[in-house]
Amino acid sequence: MQIPIEYYLILSAFMFAVGVTGVLIRRNAIIVFMSVELMLNSANLTLVAFSSYLGNSIGQLFVFFVMTVAAAEAAVGLAIIIALFRNKLTLNIDEVNILKW
Amino acid sequence: MSLEVILFILFGAVAAVSSVTMITRSDAVIAALFLVLNFAALAGLYLLLNAQFIAVAQVIVYAGAIMVVFLFVIMLLRPQKEDILGKKPAIKIMAIVVAALVFIQIAYMIFFSKSGGVTGQAAASVKAGTVESIGRELFTNYVVPFEAAGFLLLAATIGALVLAKKKFE
Repeated sequence: MQIPIEYYLILSAFMFAVGVTGVLIRRNAIIVFMSVELMLNSANLTLVAFSSYLGNSIGQLFVFFVMTVAAAEAAVGLAIIIALFRNKLTLNIDEVNILKW
Repeated sequence: MSLEVILFILFGAVAAVSSVTMITRSDAVIAALFLVLNFAALAGLYLLLNAQFIAVAQVIVYAGAIMVVFLFVIMLLRPQKEDILGKKPAIKIMAIVVAALVFIQIAYMIFFSKSGGVTGQAAASVKAGTVESIGRELFTNYVVPFEAAGFLLLAATIGALVLAKKKFE
């Protein structure tokens, strides 16, 4: 363990910032969704880094649960995107405004 | 330089570059493939952190199952290409500035916080990452969240079937 934990945290922060940028600048619903997955993964990296450096396996257990929730989220989210495409014939999230008031 | 440092630089660079490439591709299929590369690099980083079980689960669950579903949906729907800056580039440049500010804030907190440095012990971290220690925690202290996670997956499966089903006219 010669690498300071700060390097892992900085890499994770960078990936999170890239995910935020992806959500804000992209208009394709699937790519926005993939950017959310990127942010989930950067949080996972932080959890695993701390778990490993503190010698405690609870952090990795939490990553396991995050993966479960991410799988459920991907299934439901992609089903919503398919239903949306069937109704509107578009994936552009600027054109989807049925819930906007 | 030891092998650990070289591998960290390699996997870290691949993860960082592939994440940036992912959000800048106009073709959704290529973006998804770069995301797979990013997940694979993360699995390498997990191995460096002695988290063997999580590294394998990352490859099987994320790079395997979740991204295959993504690719299926992309190829079913075939979204048209999108130019990144689009019609209103000012808003997108503002978005990049906001994300950069978020990154600078987190980096400041990481390097200038007053908490003591965390230094790892290799033996303890190897012990923490094995399937044995994670499985023991999972089936003793955390068995209720485990069952709840199983129930969540069942609910998500049923929900996805209901949502994506063809409508009856």
